[in-house]
Parts: sequence; C-alpha cells; structure tokens
Amino acid sequence: MISIDQISKNFGALPALDQISLALNAGKSYALIGPNGSGKTTLIKGILGLVIPTSGHIYFDGKSINRDWKYREKIGYMPQIGRYPENMRIGQLIDMMKNIRQDKPKIDEDLIDAFKLYKIYDKRIHALSGGTRQKVSASLAFMFHAPVLILDEPTAGLDPVSVELLKEKIIHEKRMGKLLIITSHILSDLDEIATEMVYMFEGKIQYNNSIEALKSETNETKLNKAIATLIRQRELLASITD
Amino acid sequence: MNRIIKYVFYDILRTRFILFYTVFLLICTFAFFQLDNDFGKVVLSLMNVVLMAVPLVSVVFTTIHFFNSYEFIELMLAQPINRRSIFLSEYLAVASSLCLAYVVGIGFPFLLYGAWQPIYTLLITGVFLTLVFVSLAFFSSVLTRDKAKAIGIALLFWFYFSLIYDGILLWVVYTFSDYPLEKLTLALIAFNPVDLARIIMLLQLDISALMGYTGAFYKNFFGSNLGLIFSISLLMLWVLWPLLFAMRIFSRKDL
Repeated sequence: MISIDQISKNFGALPALDQISLALNAGKSYALIGPNGSGKTTLIKGILGLVIPTSGHIYFDGKSINRDWKYREKIGYMPQIGRYPENMRIGQLIDMMKNIRQDKPKIDEDLIDAFKLYKIYDKRIHALSGGTRQKVSASLAFMFHAPVLILDEPTAGLDPVSVELLKEKIIHEKRMGKLLIITSHILSDLDEIATEMVYMFEGKIQYNNSIEALKSETNETKLNKAIATLIRQRELLASITD
Repeated sequence: MNRIIKYVFYDILRTRFILFYTVFLLICTFAFFQLDNDFGKVVLSLMNVVLMAVPLVSVVFTTIHFFNSYEFIELMLAQPINRRSIFLSEYLAVASSLCLAYVVGIGFPFLLYGAWQPIYTLLITGVFLTLVFVSLAFFSSVLTRDKAKAIGIALLFWFYFSLIYDGILLWVVYTFSDYPLEKLTLALIAFNPVDLARIIMLLQLDISALMGYTGAFYKNFFGSNLGLIFSISLLMLWVLWPLLFAMRIFSRKDL
C-alpha cells in the first residue's frame, strides 16, 4: 500500500534518514520503534508529505506522493502533541475537519462516544487537559474511516481506562484490514496492537520482521524483553566486528 | 477553506492581544479628540501613531501567531488539502482580524463624533499597511524554523521601512539638493509602503501647501485620480510580492 524507496533526508549536515526502503501493506499493524532522534517522526512526516525527502521516493498505492495531496484523504493521523488554536471549541474543531473531508459522508464516531467528547463540545481547547487533547486527536484520526492510520505515541498521557478504549478501537480497525503505523515507547501496549516491528536506529532500519519471528528468534515471550535482547545481540556483534 | 478561515478568525478575535490592540487604538483616537476639535488635526496626529504602531503590531502578532499555530498547521497539512489553501486561510484569518481591530479602533470614535468624511483615507491606508506588514511577517516566518529569528527578521522589516529608509531618503535629498530630485524621490517613495501610505494621507488632508514646491509637485501627481490609483496599486504590489514568495517557500517547506 505504501512503499518507500531509498529515501534519505538531511537536516543541514545531519542525516535524519539514511537510504530507507520499506514496504507497508494493508491488513498489517506496524510498530515503529527506536530511541529518541532515530528518525521515526521524520519517516512519518515523510509519508504525510510534511517533510520532503532529499532523495528517494515514496509511493502510495503505486503513485508517487511528491507534490500530491489528494492521497492524504486515505490517511488518518494522530500527532504526538495535539496543539490546536487555543480559543477554538472542540465542536468547531470537529466541524472544521468534517468540512475538509466533505466527500466522506459517513463519520466514525465510536471514539467520540467512548471518550464522551460530545459532552464537552462547547469547551475551548485552552481549558482542556493534555489527556483530553490526546482524546480529541485520537477521535479526529479515526473519524473518517481512513484505510491507513498513523498514530504517533497514541497512548502517552492517557488514563488507563482511555488507553484500553483506544486499544480496543485500534484492534477493531486492524481486524477491518487497515494499515496501521504506530510509534510508541510503551512496548507493552505495542505487544497487543502490533503485528510487525520496524526498529530504527540513527536513521536506518535495523530490524524489520513480524513480532512473532522476533520473539522466536530471541526466545522471549514479551516484546520488551525481546527487543532488549535484540539490541544486546546487535551490540555484541558490533563489538566483535570492531 | 472558508470554514478554516472562519474558525481561525473567531479564535484570533478572542485572543487578548487583539483586544488590547483595539482598546489601544480606541484610547488614542478618543484622546486626540479630547485634545483638539479640528478633525483634520486629529487625523494628522492619528496618522503619526498609525504609521508606527500598525506595522509594528502587525509584524509582531503575525509571527507569534504563526509559530503558535505551528502544530495546528502541521495537522492541517496532514489532511487532504492543498498547502496553498492552508497558507491563504491563515493569511486571510490573521489579516482580516487585524484589519477589523483597526477599523473598529479608529472608526468607532469618528462615527461617534459624526466625522465620517476625513477618515476614509486613514482607514483605507491603515488597512493596506496592515495587509502589507502581515505579508512581510508571513514571509519572515517561513524563512526560518526559529521563532526568535523570525520575529527578528520581521522587526527588521518594520525598522527598515519606518526609520532607516527615511534616513537614507533624507541623505539622498540633502546630498544631491543641487539637482532636480522630484522624480527621483517620487520613485524612491514607491519602494517604501510606509512612505506611500504617509504621502497618500498627507495629500488627502490638503496640507501639502506646507511642503513647498515639492509638495505642489506631489499634490499634482498623488492628488490626481491617476496618482491615487498608482499609489494604491503600488501598495497592492507590496501586499502581493511577499505573500507570493512566502507561499512559494511554504509549499516546499519541511515542517
């Protein structure tokens, strides 16, 4: 569905992405992980067309996304920090988003109902807590039945009940055959919602396989342990070859 | 796009900055009315305040607003919508709210005192100045990712057009005072939107007689309909070129 072909991105002299190739297919759920500054957000922004790669191409359904914007109607995006105009009401924000995607008459209001956002439609954004903003961001991302969902740290800052509600929704969407790309540092959450793992480090993809395969390779049952083992193995290998 | 403009516009109208700006203009205008009963003089005093304050407020507010809405713009760009539409929506929302604050702040007292006639030019040129400096501020905002740097560049535009340019102009006039400079200064004025606004207002106020021969020459030119059209279209150019450049940069920018 999305194929990334040898993209590089430099910010000044610093390479943020280094010759990355990756194929992302419908029906799968990708966990994008890596330490801070490993290029996860840059990669996501590249897919969204917010960052233009220095070299390489990104194709969405076989078409290059360069200078195109129409393809984004198939993407629902939940940003890491949901900052909206401070004096806007939640209702206005939702209304504005609906207006942008007029061609989608059917609206998915599951999360709005689950988070009980309709009760606070009249509240202004500046009166909301960080967690509530996160709920608004999540609702907006899922609202338009987009076949691709990109979630940047979806569970950070949410209370445990809301985390469960959101996870349920994500699993539901995954079963519907959607493509999900999720970044998170909370690996126990990813364990339940992701099927594939893409591990990035210093702008390169270090590991790309299914989570099942990773677990059997490392003889671990939990994702966080498996990743820790993977990183240790890699470091050991690197020290030997040095 | 209309709905984005509408809601961003509502959002800006509720910010304290715009409220203070309106109140500041109201107080200034009322104060000048208290000082003098001659409408012409009130307009003249206001003009001096407007020429300094309007560009300054426009550049500072616009750059701060742009960087405060950075994440929001990012989210909008992740939607199926053209970058140009987002940019224009932001521009129109910021410009129209600042213009509204200006028109209310200056216009309301005049309406109250029943002096509608002499204020047309002041309102129109003030609105144009707002549009020009909002354009310039957007231009400086898209040039860099650093808020402080962007405000610095925007303030530099203000400083240049409000003070430095006039200094250079005066220097030229004094140094070459032996030569006939009318046409040259006329041309040089076209390169500064603040001077253009000032000349348009002064000549509509009919005090150009105080400016001697050059004043008469200007009156002849700017006072005519052709001159007015010429100067308004120049101001329009000053709105458009920074805006178009900014839009061009914005549509290829990494966010």
